[in-house]
Amino acid sequence: MIYLDHSATSPVNPEVLKAMKPFFSQEFGNASTIYSLGRTARQAMEAARENVAVLIGASPQEIIFTSGGTESDNMAIKGIAYKWKAKGKHIITSAIEHPAVDETCRYMEKQGFEVTYLPVYEEGLVRVEDVKAAIREDTILISIMHANNEIGTIQPVAEIGEIAREKGIIFHTDAVQTVGKIPVDVEKLNIDLLSISAHKLYGPKGVGALYVKKGVFLEPLIHGGGHERALRPGTENIPGIVGLGKACEIAYKNLEKDQEYTTQLRNQLIEGVLGGLEESYLNGDPDKRLPNNAHFRFSGIEGESLVLHLDARGIAASTGSACSSKKLEPSHVLMALGLEKVEAHGSLRLSLGTENTPEDIEYTIKSIKEAVNTLRNLSPLWNQ
Amino acid sequence: MVKKMYTEKVMDHFSNPRNVGEIPDADGEGTVGNPTCGDLMTIYIKVKDNVIEDIKFKTFGCGAAIATSSMVTEMAMGKTIEEALKITRDDVADALEGLPPVKMHCSNLAADALEAAIEDYKKKQKEK
Repeated sequence: MIYLDHSATSPVNPEVLKAMKPFFSQEFGNASTIYSLGRTARQAMEAARENVAVLIGASPQEIIFTSGGTESDNMAIKGIAYKWKAKGKHIITSAIEHPAVDETCRYMEKQGFEVTYLPVYEEGLVRVEDVKAAIREDTILISIMHANNEIGTIQPVAEIGEIAREKGIIFHTDAVQTVGKIPVDVEKLNIDLLSISAHKLYGPKGVGALYVKKGVFLEPLIHGGGHERALRPGTENIPGIVGLGKACEIAYKNLEKDQEYTTQLRNQLIEGVLGGLEESYLNGDPDKRLPNNAHFRFSGIEGESLVLHLDARGIAASTGSACSSKKLEPSHVLMALGLEKVEAHGSLRLSLGTENTPEDIEYTIKSIKEAVNTLRNLSPLWNQ
Repeated sequence: MVKKMYTEKVMDHFSNPRNVGEIPDADGEGTVGNPTCGDLMTIYIKVKDNVIEDIKFKTFGCGAAIATSSMVTEMAMGKTIEEALKITRDDVADALEGLPPVKMHCSNLAADALEAAIEDYKKKQKEK
């Protein structure tokens, strides 16, 4: 199988798995206990915290472990909104956020907050001047993702963060797709809160982190035994946390090399597909995009059919369009680009990983061409 | 993931669709669906002595849309107009050994397209 869906999840790196293993049955201690078994667990956890912090240019004290990206996003948005509701009730976000942010913002609207969903344009980018224009006296939070999970566009977070800082507004970014793939430095990007997920960077599922800048205060969403500075109580998921730490350590070491490698593969893929198939297009900005993301659109065909044909050829890919998900509406991200629904239905997301090879990409290009042509031969919308 | 939600029968008709194409001198033609919803299908029929002697389809849509189109052409081929009109959406889904619930409404349009093609045929007969 050729796995091209790394934006959905990634395989656990064998080194990560090896690092995690002892913490299930041997070093199983509760990190809150004072005997040596517990101390071992705590030390492993603190070493992991250090590795996460190093990868994003933070201090270990600023890392809170969570169950993953969705929890981190919820913790950031609800935590800030509830803490600062006396100061204001306005939140700014974008129209292309992951549901973990988007649905949380919609929930906050029901709680009496007001949310501005900034548009993106054809290229899939939020504009800094729109952020400026949306800021109100009572704006308490800006949450704009670092890179989009579907089309891979990298948002101008450093500039947005700068504006937020000038205005004294807290700035959160969902960096689930960027951490480990491109350099992320919370200082340079002017970020107050940043969400991380382990399984997107060759770590295990069910663990993530929220970076909380020193001096930024949140209302906790759950209450209990005071773990994670009482922001996220509950006995820590030590194997998962160790896995996240190891994944971050490896990502830090290989970042430049991996970024260069996947960019090459991605460019090979984009050139091969666009050059080999008429009426095929790239969704999202060609340059300001994740090194591992290629998101295509093909006239005359529907995305789920294409994914099924690729699956039959041993390629795992994804569609942002309706029929692949439970929802029947095309993706809100593609709609935000201004695409027609029929165009959005013909989309395909390929997200690459370090284990992919140039041969995999050649085979994928060939398979996409075959599958698209097969489906176009069936299609009443294709008359060539 | 998608593969698991479809039966083997659906995957068979999706991967090897039967009766694909157009009939330029069709006696009846029916189009249903809407590309903005992600599904559009056209069925063409050739009728001789009240029997569907040829049937072809063209479909834009998901796996279920393509499989149901293929299946309905197989079911209607060789049937009389009256028999073919009795084929329902549920019959098509049953013949495919089931469809995922989410697809039952949106993509299970093939029986409607067949009906539209037959109605078109009847209308043209009257006009003759």
